[in-house]
Amino acid sequence: MIHQITAIFTIAQRDFTKLLRDRARILATFIFPFLFIGILGTSLESNLPPDIGYSFKVFVFTGVLAQTLFQSTASGIISLIEDRENDFSQEIFVSPISRYSIIIGKILGETMVSMTQGLGIIAFGLLIGVPLSLEKLILMFPAGLMACLFGGAFGILVLSNLKSQRAANQIFPFIIFPQFFLAGVFNPIKSLPPFLHILSRAMPMTYAVDLMRGVYYANSPEKNLIVLHSISWNTLVISVVFMIFLLLGTALFINNEKNK
Amino acid sequence: MKDTVIEVKNLVKKYKKANTPAVDGISFNVKRGEFFALLGPNGAGKTTTISILTTILSKTEGVVKIANYDIEKEADKIRKSIGIIFQNPSLDLNLTAEENIRFHALIYGLYPFRPSFSLMSEEYRREVIKLAEIIGIKNDITKPVKTFSGGMKRKLEIVRSLIHKPKVLFLDEPTSGLDPASRKNLWKYLQDIRKKYKTTIFLTTHYLEEAEDADRVLIIDQGKIVTLGTPAKIKKDLIDSSIILNAKDKAALRSELDAMKLDYEGHGPFKIKLNGKNAQEIIKSIKSDLTYLDINNPKLEDAYLKLIAKGNK
Repeated sequence: MIHQITAIFTIAQRDFTKLLRDRARILATFIFPFLFIGILGTSLESNLPPDIGYSFKVFVFTGVLAQTLFQSTASGIISLIEDRENDFSQEIFVSPISRYSIIIGKILGETMVSMTQGLGIIAFGLLIGVPLSLEKLILMFPAGLMACLFGGAFGILVLSNLKSQRAANQIFPFIIFPQFFLAGVFNPIKSLPPFLHILSRAMPMTYAVDLMRGVYYANSPEKNLIVLHSISWNTLVISVVFMIFLLLGTALFINNEKNK
Repeated sequence: MKDTVIEVKNLVKKYKKANTPAVDGISFNVKRGEFFALLGPNGAGKTTTISILTTILSKTEGVVKIANYDIEKEADKIRKSIGIIFQNPSLDLNLTAEENIRFHALIYGLYPFRPSFSLMSEEYRREVIKLAEIIGIKNDITKPVKTFSGGMKRKLEIVRSLIHKPKVLFLDEPTSGLDPASRKNLWKYLQDIRKKYKTTIFLTTHYLEEAEDADRVLIIDQGKIVTLGTPAKIKKDLIDSSIILNAKDKAALRSELDAMKLDYEGHGPFKIKLNGKNAQEIIKSIKSDLTYLDINNPKLEDAYLKLIAKGNK
Protein backbone atom coordinates (compact mmCIF):
# COMPACT_ATOMS: atom_id res chain seq x y z
CA MET A 1 0.00 0.00 0.00
CA ILE A 2 2.77 2.45 0.95
CA HIS A 3 4.49 1.43 -2.24
CA GLN A 4 1.37 2.33 -4.28
CA ILE A 5 1.09 5.73 -2.59
CA THR A 6 4.77 6.40 -3.21
CA ALA A 7 4.21 5.53 -6.87
CA ILE A 8 1.16 7.81 -7.11
CA PHE A 9 3.12 10.75 -5.65
CA THR A 10 6.09 10.03 -7.89
CA ILE A 11 3.98 10.01 -11.05
CA ALA A 12 2.11 13.12 -9.93
CA GLN A 13 5.29 14.99 -9.09
CA ARG A 14 6.75 14.27 -12.52
CA ASP A 15 3.84 16.01 -14.24
CA PHE A 16 4.12 19.02 -12.00
CA THR A 17 7.90 19.24 -12.48
CA LYS A 18 7.36 19.18 -16.22
CA LEU A 19 4.95 22.11 -16.02
CA LEU A 20 7.44 24.19 -14.06
CA ARG A 21 10.13 23.50 -16.66
CA ASP A 22 7.90 24.41 -19.60
CA ARG A 23 7.52 28.20 -19.54
CA ALA A 24 5.85 28.32 -22.95
CA ARG A 25 3.16 25.95 -21.74
CA ILE A 26 2.51 28.03 -18.61
CA LEU A 27 2.07 31.12 -20.76
CA ALA A 28 -0.09 29.35 -23.33
CA THR A 29 -2.48 28.04 -20.71
CA PHE A 30 -3.29 31.58 -19.58
CA ILE A 31 -4.00 33.05 -22.99
CA PHE A 32 -7.46 31.56 -23.50
CA PRO A 33 -8.85 32.31 -20.04
CA PHE A 34 -7.59 35.88 -20.32
CA LEU A 35 -9.15 36.34 -23.74
CA PHE A 36 -12.47 34.87 -22.66
CA ILE A 37 -12.78 36.69 -19.37
CA GLY A 38 -10.96 39.88 -20.26
CA ILE A 39 -12.36 40.51 -23.72
CA LEU A 40 -15.48 38.40 -24.15
CA GLY A 41 -16.77 38.88 -20.62
CA THR A 42 -15.95 42.55 -20.40
CA SER A 43 -17.23 43.47 -23.88
CA LEU A 44 -20.50 41.60 -23.39
CA GLU A 45 -20.99 43.26 -20.05
CA SER A 46 -20.45 46.71 -21.57
CA ASN A 47 -22.91 46.15 -24.40
CA LEU A 48 -25.72 44.14 -22.84
CA PRO A 49 -28.61 46.05 -21.29
CA PRO A 50 -27.89 46.58 -17.58
CA ASP A 51 -31.21 45.03 -16.53
CA ILE A 52 -30.14 41.35 -17.03
CA GLY A 53 -29.65 41.30 -13.30
CA TYR A 54 -26.03 40.10 -12.97
CA SER A 55 -22.51 40.94 -14.03
CA PHE A 56 -21.60 39.17 -17.22
CA LYS A 57 -17.90 39.50 -16.51
CA VAL A 58 -18.31 37.59 -13.24
CA PHE A 59 -20.51 35.04 -15.00
CA VAL A 60 -17.82 34.34 -17.60
CA PHE A 61 -15.10 34.35 -14.94
CA THR A 62 -16.74 31.58 -12.89
CA GLY A 63 -17.48 29.59 -16.03
CA VAL A 64 -14.00 29.87 -17.48
CA LEU A 65 -12.41 29.01 -14.14
CA ALA A 66 -14.27 25.70 -13.89
CA GLN A 67 -13.89 24.96 -17.61
CA THR A 68 -10.12 25.55 -17.52
CA LEU A 69 -9.68 23.27 -14.53
CA PHE A 70 -11.80 20.55 -16.15
CA GLN A 71 -10.28 20.80 -19.60
CA SER A 72 -6.68 21.27 -18.58
CA THR A 73 -6.74 18.14 -16.44
CA ALA A 74 -8.47 16.19 -19.22
CA SER A 75 -5.95 17.20 -21.85
CA GLY A 76 -3.10 16.61 -19.40
CA ILE A 77 -4.24 13.03 -18.92
CA ILE A 78 -4.16 12.58 -22.64
CA SER A 79 -0.40 13.21 -22.40
CA LEU A 80 -0.23 9.52 -21.44
CA ILE A 81 -0.49 8.96 -25.18
CA GLU A 82 2.47 11.22 -25.72
CA ASP A 83 4.37 9.15 -23.16
CA ARG A 84 3.43 6.06 -25.08
CA GLU A 85 4.77 7.55 -28.28
CA ASN A 86 7.98 8.65 -26.56
CA ASP A 87 8.07 5.21 -24.98
CA PHE A 88 8.30 6.58 -21.50
CA SER A 89 5.08 4.75 -20.69
CA GLN A 90 6.95 1.47 -21.08
CA GLU A 91 9.02 2.44 -18.08
CA ILE A 92 5.84 3.02 -16.10
CA PHE A 93 3.95 0.01 -17.39
CA VAL A 94 6.65 -2.57 -16.64
CA SER A 95 6.99 -1.34 -13.08
CA PRO A 96 5.46 -3.39 -10.25
CA ILE A 97 2.65 -0.96 -9.44
CA SER A 98 -1.10 -1.21 -9.84
CA ARG A 99 -2.44 0.14 -13.12
CA TYR A 100 -4.91 2.16 -11.05
CA SER A 101 -2.01 3.82 -9.23
CA ILE A 102 -0.66 4.94 -12.59
CA ILE A 103 -3.96 6.53 -13.57
CA ILE A 104 -4.57 8.07 -10.15
CA GLY A 105 -1.03 9.45 -10.05
CA LYS A 106 -1.57 10.94 -13.47
CA ILE A 107 -4.89 12.53 -12.47
CA LEU A 108 -3.35 13.91 -9.28
CA GLY A 109 -0.38 15.37 -11.15
CA GLU A 110 -2.53 17.01 -13.79
CA THR A 111 -4.83 18.32 -11.04
CA MET A 112 -1.84 20.06 -9.47
CA VAL A 113 -0.97 21.51 -12.86
CA SER A 114 -4.53 22.75 -13.42
CA MET A 115 -4.89 24.20 -9.93
CA THR A 116 -1.74 26.23 -10.58
CA GLN A 117 -3.41 27.61 -13.68
CA GLY A 118 -6.53 28.26 -11.62
CA LEU A 119 -4.49 30.49 -9.32
CA GLY A 120 -3.43 32.54 -12.32
CA ILE A 121 -7.04 32.95 -13.42
CA ILE A 122 -8.10 34.03 -9.94
CA ALA A 123 -5.28 36.59 -9.84
CA PHE A 124 -6.50 37.91 -13.19
CA GLY A 125 -10.09 38.01 -11.91
CA LEU A 126 -9.01 40.10 -8.93
CA LEU A 127 -7.14 42.39 -11.29
CA ILE A 128 -10.19 43.13 -13.43
CA GLY A 129 -12.44 43.61 -10.43
CA VAL A 130 -14.27 40.30 -9.90
CA PRO A 131 -15.49 40.41 -6.29
CA LEU A 132 -13.66 37.60 -4.44
CA SER A 133 -13.44 37.39 -0.67
CA LEU A 134 -11.03 35.05 1.10
CA GLU A 135 -13.97 33.10 2.47
CA LYS A 136 -15.35 32.64 -1.03
CA LEU A 137 -11.99 31.51 -2.35
CA ILE A 138 -11.69 28.90 0.38
CA LEU A 139 -15.14 27.57 -0.51
CA MET A 140 -14.29 27.57 -4.23
CA PHE A 141 -11.20 25.42 -3.63
CA PRO A 142 -13.04 22.08 -3.22
CA ALA A 143 -15.29 22.91 -6.20
CA GLY A 144 -12.15 23.55 -8.27
CA LEU A 145 -10.61 20.31 -7.09
CA MET A 146 -13.73 18.41 -8.12
CA ALA A 147 -13.67 20.06 -11.56
CA CYS A 148 -10.07 18.85 -11.96
CA LEU A 149 -10.69 15.29 -10.82
CA PHE A 150 -13.81 15.04 -12.94
CA GLY A 151 -11.93 16.36 -15.97
CA GLY A 152 -9.19 13.82 -15.25
CA ALA A 153 -11.61 10.90 -15.23
CA PHE A 154 -13.21 12.26 -18.41
CA GLY A 155 -9.72 12.41 -19.93
CA ILE A 156 -9.08 8.75 -19.08
CA LEU A 157 -12.25 7.69 -20.83
CA VAL A 158 -11.36 9.70 -23.94
CA LEU A 159 -7.79 8.44 -23.82
CA SER A 160 -8.84 4.80 -23.61
CA ASN A 161 -10.50 5.17 -27.00
CA LEU A 162 -7.65 6.92 -28.78
CA LYS A 163 -4.73 5.34 -30.57
CA SER A 164 -2.28 8.18 -31.18
CA GLN A 165 -1.41 11.74 -30.24
CA ARG A 166 -2.51 12.79 -33.71
CA ALA A 167 -5.93 11.26 -33.20
CA ALA A 168 -6.08 12.98 -29.82
CA ASN A 169 -5.24 16.37 -31.31
CA GLN A 170 -7.90 15.93 -33.97
CA ILE A 171 -10.67 14.53 -31.84
CA PHE A 172 -10.25 16.40 -28.58
CA PRO A 173 -11.54 19.78 -29.88
CA PHE A 174 -14.70 18.07 -31.14
CA ILE A 175 -15.56 16.67 -27.78
CA ILE A 176 -14.51 19.70 -25.77
CA PHE A 177 -15.71 22.75 -27.76
CA PRO A 178 -19.41 21.81 -27.86
CA GLN A 179 -19.19 21.43 -24.10
CA PHE A 180 -18.06 25.07 -23.78
CA PHE A 181 -21.41 26.21 -25.07
CA LEU A 182 -23.60 23.41 -23.75
CA ALA A 183 -22.13 23.82 -20.26
CA GLY A 184 -22.78 27.56 -20.45
CA VAL A 185 -19.24 28.72 -19.86
CA PHE A 186 -19.90 32.09 -21.51
CA ASN A 187 -23.55 31.82 -22.48
CA PRO A 188 -26.52 31.59 -20.12
CA ILE A 189 -28.23 28.18 -20.36
CA LYS A 190 -30.86 28.62 -17.69
CA SER A 191 -33.61 28.30 -20.28
CA LEU A 192 -33.05 26.30 -23.44
CA PRO A 193 -35.24 24.62 -26.09
CA PRO A 194 -35.90 20.96 -25.08
CA PHE A 195 -33.35 19.44 -27.47
CA LEU A 196 -30.52 21.69 -26.31
CA HIS A 197 -31.66 21.30 -22.73
CA ILE A 198 -31.14 17.53 -22.87
CA LEU A 199 -27.76 17.88 -24.59
CA SER A 200 -26.66 20.50 -22.12
CA ARG A 201 -27.54 18.39 -19.09
CA ALA A 202 -25.78 15.38 -20.66
CA MET A 203 -22.43 17.19 -20.79
CA PRO A 204 -20.06 16.41 -17.91
CA MET A 205 -18.61 19.91 -17.96
CA THR A 206 -22.06 21.37 -17.20
CA TYR A 207 -21.89 20.00 -13.67
CA ALA A 208 -18.34 21.20 -13.02
CA VAL A 209 -19.26 24.72 -14.16
CA ASP A 210 -22.56 24.76 -12.30
CA LEU A 211 -20.95 23.53 -9.07
CA MET A 212 -18.41 26.35 -9.22
CA ARG A 213 -21.18 28.89 -9.79
CA GLY A 214 -23.32 27.34 -7.07
CA VAL A 215 -20.49 27.94 -4.61
CA TYR A 216 -19.63 31.42 -5.92
CA TYR A 217 -23.21 32.71 -6.03
CA ALA A 218 -24.38 30.98 -2.81
CA ASN A 219 -26.56 33.34 -0.77
CA SER A 220 -26.46 36.03 -3.46
CA PRO A 221 -29.50 37.54 -5.20
CA GLU A 222 -28.20 36.53 -8.66
CA LYS A 223 -28.20 32.84 -7.74
CA ASN A 224 -31.66 32.05 -9.10
CA LEU A 225 -30.87 33.71 -12.44
CA ILE A 226 -27.68 31.75 -13.02
CA VAL A 227 -27.30 28.51 -11.06
CA LEU A 228 -29.04 25.41 -12.43
CA HIS A 229 -28.77 22.78 -9.70
CA SER A 230 -28.12 22.60 -5.99
CA ILE A 231 -24.57 22.06 -4.77
CA SER A 232 -25.50 18.64 -3.42
CA TRP A 233 -27.04 17.52 -6.73
CA ASN A 234 -23.96 18.64 -8.70
CA THR A 235 -21.68 16.94 -6.18
CA LEU A 236 -23.64 13.71 -6.42
CA VAL A 237 -23.67 13.68 -10.24
CA ILE A 238 -19.96 14.46 -10.41
CA SER A 239 -19.07 11.77 -7.84
CA VAL A 240 -21.07 9.01 -9.50
CA VAL A 241 -20.01 9.84 -13.06
CA PHE A 242 -16.41 10.30 -11.90
CA MET A 243 -16.33 6.73 -10.57
CA ILE A 244 -17.88 5.36 -13.77
CA PHE A 245 -15.45 7.24 -16.03
CA LEU A 246 -12.47 6.29 -13.90
CA LEU A 247 -13.21 2.58 -13.61
CA LEU A 248 -14.41 2.13 -17.18
CA GLY A 249 -11.68 4.32 -18.67
CA THR A 250 -8.90 2.60 -16.74
CA ALA A 251 -10.18 -0.90 -17.55
CA LEU A 252 -10.43 -0.03 -21.25
CA PHE A 253 -7.05 1.66 -21.27
CA ILE A 254 -5.26 -1.29 -19.67
CA ASN A 255 -7.03 -3.73 -21.93
CA ASN A 256 -6.08 -1.80 -25.06
CA GLU A 257 -2.46 -1.50 -23.93
CA LYS A 258 -2.02 -5.21 -23.35
CA ASN A 259 -4.28 -6.87 -25.91
CA LYS A 260 -2.91 -5.56 -29.13
CA MET B 1 13.67 -26.74 -12.52
CA LYS B 2 15.72 -24.92 -9.96
CA ASP B 3 18.23 -23.20 -12.17
CA THR B 4 15.80 -22.24 -14.92
CA VAL B 5 14.93 -18.56 -14.78
CA ILE B 6 12.87 -18.22 -17.96
CA GLU B 7 10.54 -20.97 -19.12
CA VAL B 8 8.59 -20.60 -22.37
CA LYS B 9 6.29 -23.34 -23.65
CA ASN B 10 4.42 -23.21 -26.97
CA LEU B 11 4.16 -19.43 -26.90
CA VAL B 12 1.80 -18.01 -29.52
CA LYS B 13 0.94 -14.37 -30.15
CA LYS B 14 -1.51 -13.32 -32.79
CA TYR B 15 -2.17 -9.60 -33.04
CA LYS B 16 -5.82 -8.60 -33.34
CA LYS B 17 -5.64 -7.34 -36.89
CA ALA B 18 -3.07 -9.82 -38.21
CA ASN B 19 -3.75 -12.89 -40.31
CA THR B 20 -0.69 -14.84 -39.23
CA PRO B 21 0.76 -15.12 -35.73
CA ALA B 22 3.78 -12.93 -34.95
CA VAL B 23 5.06 -15.65 -32.63
CA ASP B 24 4.06 -19.15 -33.63
CA GLY B 25 4.57 -21.79 -30.95
CA ILE B 26 8.07 -21.26 -29.64
CA SER B 27 9.52 -23.07 -26.59
CA PHE B 28 12.83 -22.55 -24.78
CA ASN B 29 14.41 -22.23 -21.33
CA VAL B 30 17.01 -19.82 -20.04
CA LYS B 31 19.28 -20.83 -17.16
CA ARG B 32 20.14 -18.64 -14.23
CA GLY B 33 23.14 -16.45 -15.01
CA GLU B 34 23.07 -17.33 -18.68
CA PHE B 35 23.74 -14.83 -21.43
CA PHE B 36 21.00 -15.70 -23.88
CA ALA B 37 20.62 -14.07 -27.28
CA LEU B 38 17.48 -14.00 -29.38
CA LEU B 39 18.36 -13.40 -32.97
CA GLY B 40 16.29 -12.88 -36.06
CA PRO B 41 15.66 -10.52 -38.97
CA ASN B 42 13.25 -7.60 -38.72
CA GLY B 43 9.72 -8.81 -38.18
CA ALA B 44 10.84 -12.22 -36.89
CA GLY B 45 8.92 -11.78 -33.63
CA LYS B 46 11.77 -10.71 -31.34
CA THR B 47 10.14 -7.60 -29.91
CA THR B 48 6.80 -9.39 -29.58
CA THR B 49 8.48 -12.18 -27.60
CA ILE B 50 10.34 -9.79 -25.31
CA SER B 51 7.18 -7.70 -24.79
CA ILE B 52 5.31 -10.78 -23.60
CA LEU B 53 8.18 -11.90 -21.38
CA THR B 54 8.27 -8.46 -19.78
CA THR B 55 4.47 -8.39 -19.11
CA ILE B 56 3.61 -5.44 -21.34
CA LEU B 57 1.82 -7.53 -23.95
CA SER B 58 -0.56 -10.42 -23.34
CA LYS B 59 0.03 -13.74 -25.05
CA THR B 60 -2.51 -15.63 -27.13
CA GLU B 61 -1.48 -19.12 -26.02
CA GLY B 62 1.24 -20.97 -24.14
CA VAL B 63 2.95 -20.91 -20.76
CA VAL B 64 5.55 -18.37 -19.69
CA LYS B 65 7.29 -18.43 -16.32
CA ILE B 66 9.93 -16.01 -15.13
CA ALA B 67 11.77 -16.74 -11.88
CA ASN B 68 9.10 -19.41 -11.36
CA TYR B 69 6.26 -16.87 -11.44
CA ASP B 70 3.45 -17.25 -13.93
CA ILE B 71 3.24 -14.37 -16.40
CA GLU B 72 -0.56 -14.09 -16.17
CA LYS B 73 -1.18 -14.66 -12.49
CA GLU B 74 1.93 -13.18 -10.91
CA ALA B 75 2.82 -10.32 -13.26
CA ASP B 76 3.60 -7.99 -10.36
CA LYS B 77 6.17 -10.35 -8.88
CA ILE B 78 7.76 -10.76 -12.29
CA ARG B 79 7.91 -7.00 -12.78
CA LYS B 80 9.87 -6.75 -9.54
CA SER B 81 12.37 -9.37 -10.68
CA ILE B 82 13.22 -8.02 -14.12
CA GLY B 83 14.91 -5.01 -15.64
CA ILE B 84 14.33 -3.87 -19.19
CA ILE B 85 16.18 -1.82 -21.75
CA PHE B 86 13.73 -1.06 -24.52
CA GLN B 87 14.43 -0.74 -28.19
CA ASN B 88 13.37 2.92 -28.06
CA PRO B 89 14.83 4.96 -25.21
CA SER B 90 12.34 5.22 -22.36
CA LEU B 91 13.82 8.14 -20.45
CA ASP B 92 11.90 11.31 -19.73
CA LEU B 93 13.97 13.83 -21.64
CA ASN B 94 12.63 16.79 -19.65
CA LEU B 95 13.84 15.36 -16.37
CA THR B 96 17.44 15.28 -15.21
CA ALA B 97 19.45 12.06 -15.07
CA GLU B 98 19.01 11.88 -11.30
CA GLU B 99 15.26 12.54 -11.55
CA ASN B 100 14.94 9.69 -14.02
CA ILE B 101 16.75 7.35 -11.65
CA ARG B 102 14.73 8.62 -8.69
CA PHE B 103 11.46 8.10 -10.58
CA HIS B 104 12.46 4.50 -11.17
CA ALA B 105 13.66 3.86 -7.62
CA LEU B 106 10.41 5.26 -6.21
CA ILE B 107 7.97 3.43 -8.46
CA TYR B 108 9.83 0.21 -7.65
CA GLY B 109 9.22 1.00 -3.99
CA LEU B 110 12.90 1.03 -3.05
CA TYR B 111 12.82 4.22 -0.98
CA PRO B 112 10.13 6.34 0.69
CA PHE B 113 8.84 9.28 -1.37
CA ARG B 114 10.56 12.63 -0.91
CA PRO B 115 10.01 15.54 -3.29
CA SER B 116 13.67 16.34 -3.96
CA PHE B 117 17.11 14.76 -4.18
CA SER B 118 18.42 16.48 -1.05
CA LEU B 119 15.47 15.13 0.99
CA MET B 120 15.91 11.54 -0.20
CA SER B 121 17.55 9.06 2.16
CA GLU B 122 21.30 9.11 2.44
CA GLU B 123 21.47 5.55 1.18
CA TYR B 124 19.77 6.59 -2.06
CA ARG B 125 22.01 9.61 -2.56
CA ARG B 126 25.12 7.52 -2.03
CA GLU B 127 23.87 4.88 -4.48
CA VAL B 128 23.09 7.44 -7.19
CA ILE B 129 26.46 9.12 -6.93
CA LYS B 130 28.17 5.73 -7.10
CA LEU B 131 26.19 4.79 -10.21
CA ALA B 132 26.87 8.14 -11.85
CA GLU B 133 30.56 7.58 -11.32
CA ILE B 134 30.40 4.15 -12.94
CA ILE B 135 28.97 5.54 -16.14
CA GLY B 136 31.01 8.72 -16.01
CA ILE B 137 28.21 11.27 -15.70
CA LYS B 138 28.91 12.47 -12.17
CA ASN B 139 29.03 16.09 -13.27
CA ASP B 140 25.99 15.83 -15.53
CA ILE B 141 23.60 14.18 -13.12
CA THR B 142 21.56 17.34 -12.59
CA LYS B 143 21.37 18.12 -16.30
CA PRO B 144 18.27 17.32 -18.37
CA VAL B 145 18.62 14.04 -20.22
CA LYS B 146 17.88 15.75 -23.54
CA THR B 147 21.41 17.17 -23.46
CA PHE B 148 22.92 13.64 -23.31
CA SER B 149 24.43 11.74 -26.23
CA GLY B 150 22.81 8.51 -27.45
CA GLY B 151 25.45 6.37 -25.76
CA MET B 152 25.10 8.20 -22.44
CA LYS B 153 21.32 7.81 -22.52
CA ARG B 154 21.68 4.08 -23.02
CA LYS B 155 24.10 3.76 -20.15
CA LEU B 156 21.79 5.77 -17.95
CA GLU B 157 18.94 3.41 -18.82
CA ILE B 158 21.06 0.39 -17.95
CA VAL B 159 22.09 1.89 -14.63
CA ARG B 160 18.48 2.77 -13.93
CA SER B 161 17.28 -0.74 -14.71
CA LEU B 162 19.87 -2.25 -12.36
CA ILE B 163 18.95 -0.15 -9.35
CA HIS B 164 16.29 -2.62 -8.21
CA LYS B 165 18.72 -5.54 -8.66
CA PRO B 166 16.76 -7.55 -11.24
CA LYS B 167 17.28 -11.28 -11.65
CA VAL B 168 16.95 -11.00 -15.41
CA LEU B 169 17.94 -8.05 -17.54
CA PHE B 170 16.12 -7.86 -20.87
CA LEU B 171 17.76 -5.87 -23.61
CA ASP B 172 15.79 -5.27 -26.78
CA GLU B 173 18.26 -4.26 -29.47
CA PRO B 174 20.08 -2.03 -26.99
CA THR B 175 22.69 -0.76 -29.39
CA SER B 176 20.46 0.12 -32.33
CA GLY B 177 20.96 3.73 -33.34
CA LEU B 178 24.38 3.98 -31.69
CA ASP B 179 27.60 4.66 -33.56
CA PRO B 180 30.16 1.80 -33.60
CA ALA B 181 32.35 3.37 -30.90
CA SER B 182 29.45 3.86 -28.46
CA ARG B 183 28.27 0.36 -29.26
CA LYS B 184 31.59 -1.16 -28.37
CA ASN B 185 31.84 0.92 -25.24
CA LEU B 186 28.35 0.03 -24.09
CA TRP B 187 28.97 -3.60 -24.78
CA LYS B 188 32.07 -3.64 -22.63
CA TYR B 189 30.11 -1.98 -19.86
CA LEU B 190 27.38 -4.61 -20.08
CA GLN B 191 29.91 -7.43 -19.85
CA ASP B 192 31.36 -5.82 -16.71
CA ILE B 193 27.89 -5.54 -15.19
CA ARG B 194 27.24 -9.14 -15.96
CA LYS B 195 30.40 -10.31 -14.25
CA LYS B 196 29.79 -8.08 -11.27
CA TYR B 197 26.10 -8.75 -10.60
CA LYS B 198 25.81 -12.24 -12.17
CA THR B 199 22.59 -11.09 -13.81
CA THR B 200 20.92 -13.28 -16.41
CA ILE B 201 20.92 -11.40 -19.69
CA PHE B 202 18.29 -11.86 -22.35
CA LEU B 203 19.30 -9.99 -25.45
CA THR B 204 17.61 -9.47 -28.76
CA THR B 205 19.73 -8.12 -31.54
CA HIS B 206 20.33 -8.22 -35.22
CA TYR B 207 23.99 -7.34 -34.79
CA LEU B 208 25.49 -10.78 -34.95
CA GLU B 209 28.84 -9.97 -33.41
CA GLU B 210 26.95 -9.13 -30.22
CA ALA B 211 25.52 -12.64 -30.10
CA GLU B 212 28.91 -14.30 -30.68
CA ASP B 213 29.68 -13.91 -26.97
CA ALA B 214 26.36 -15.36 -25.82
CA ASP B 215 26.18 -18.68 -23.99
CA ARG B 216 23.35 -19.74 -26.24
CA VAL B 217 21.67 -18.27 -29.27
CA LEU B 218 18.07 -18.76 -30.30
CA ILE B 219 17.36 -17.85 -33.91
CA ILE B 220 13.76 -17.20 -34.89
CA ASP B 221 12.25 -16.25 -38.19
CA GLN B 222 8.61 -15.56 -39.02
CA GLY B 223 7.62 -16.43 -35.48
CA LYS B 224 9.19 -19.89 -35.48
CA ILE B 225 12.37 -21.30 -34.01
CA VAL B 226 15.03 -21.88 -36.64
CA THR B 227 17.72 -23.16 -34.29
CA LEU B 228 18.88 -23.04 -30.69
CA GLY B 229 22.38 -23.74 -29.38
CA THR B 230 25.78 -22.34 -28.53
CA PRO B 231 27.25 -20.03 -31.18
CA ALA B 232 29.96 -22.64 -31.82
CA LYS B 233 27.44 -25.42 -32.31
CA ILE B 234 25.27 -23.36 -34.63
CA LYS B 235 28.28 -22.49 -36.71
CA LYS B 236 29.43 -26.09 -36.81
CA ASP B 237 26.01 -27.43 -37.73
CA LEU B 238 25.47 -24.97 -40.46
CA ILE B 239 28.69 -24.20 -42.15
CA ASP B 240 31.65 -26.52 -42.08
CA SER B 241 35.03 -24.96 -41.96
CA SER B 242 36.99 -25.63 -45.11
CA ILE B 243 40.35 -25.04 -46.69
CA ILE B 244 40.94 -24.02 -50.26
CA LEU B 245 44.00 -25.37 -52.01
CA ASN B 246 45.52 -25.17 -55.44
CA ALA B 247 48.66 -26.53 -57.04
CA LYS B 248 50.49 -26.28 -60.35
CA ASP B 249 49.95 -29.97 -60.90
CA LYS B 250 46.23 -30.15 -60.27
CA ALA B 251 45.96 -33.83 -61.22
CA ALA B 252 48.60 -34.79 -58.64
CA LEU B 253 46.86 -32.79 -55.92
CA ARG B 254 43.54 -34.35 -56.82
CA SER B 255 44.92 -37.88 -56.54
CA GLU B 256 46.43 -36.98 -53.16
CA LEU B 257 43.06 -35.70 -51.95
CA ASP B 258 41.38 -38.83 -53.24
CA ALA B 259 43.97 -40.99 -51.50
CA MET B 260 43.21 -39.21 -48.17
CA LYS B 261 39.46 -39.78 -48.80
CA LEU B 262 38.68 -36.11 -48.34
CA ASP B 263 35.39 -34.51 -49.20
CA TYR B 264 36.16 -31.82 -51.75
CA GLU B 265 34.66 -29.94 -54.65
CA GLY B 266 36.05 -28.01 -57.63
CA HIS B 267 38.73 -28.81 -60.21
CA GLY B 268 41.45 -26.55 -58.86
CA PRO B 269 41.21 -24.61 -56.72
CA PHE B 270 39.79 -27.37 -54.55
CA LYS B 271 37.50 -26.60 -51.64
CA ILE B 272 38.02 -29.26 -48.97
CA LYS B 273 35.44 -29.64 -46.23
CA LEU B 274 37.15 -30.26 -42.91
CA ASN B 275 34.29 -32.19 -41.28
CA GLY B 276 36.05 -31.88 -37.93
CA LYS B 277 39.49 -32.83 -39.27
CA ASN B 278 42.49 -30.72 -38.46
CA ALA B 279 43.52 -28.40 -41.32
CA GLN B 280 47.15 -28.53 -40.33
CA GLU B 281 47.25 -32.33 -40.48
CA ILE B 282 45.84 -32.28 -43.98
CA ILE B 283 48.27 -29.66 -45.26
CA LYS B 284 51.23 -31.45 -43.67
CA SER B 285 50.52 -34.66 -45.50
CA ILE B 286 50.21 -33.07 -48.94
CA LYS B 287 53.35 -33.47 -51.08
CA SER B 288 52.35 -31.39 -54.16
CA ASP B 289 53.69 -27.84 -54.44
CA LEU B 290 50.84 -25.57 -53.35
CA THR B 291 50.18 -22.31 -55.18
CA TYR B 292 47.24 -21.28 -53.06
CA LEU B 293 46.09 -21.87 -49.48
CA ASP B 294 43.18 -20.35 -47.62
CA ILE B 295 41.36 -21.39 -44.46
CA ASN B 296 37.69 -20.54 -44.39
CA ASN B 297 36.45 -20.18 -40.79
CA PRO B 298 32.82 -19.06 -40.80
CA LYS B 299 31.43 -16.39 -38.54
CA LEU B 300 28.09 -16.71 -36.87
CA GLU B 301 26.92 -14.16 -39.41
CA ASP B 302 27.45 -16.62 -42.28
CA ALA B 303 25.53 -19.27 -40.39
CA TYR B 304 22.77 -16.82 -39.67
CA LEU B 305 22.44 -15.60 -43.24
CA LYS B 306 22.37 -19.17 -44.47
CA LEU B 307 19.67 -20.07 -41.98
CA ILE B 308 17.46 -17.14 -42.79
CA ALA B 309 17.89 -17.77 -46.52
CA LYS B 310 16.86 -21.39 -46.00
CA GLY B 311 13.79 -20.34 -44.05
CA ASN B 312 12.66 -17.98 -46.79
CA LYS B 313 12.81 -20.53 -49.57
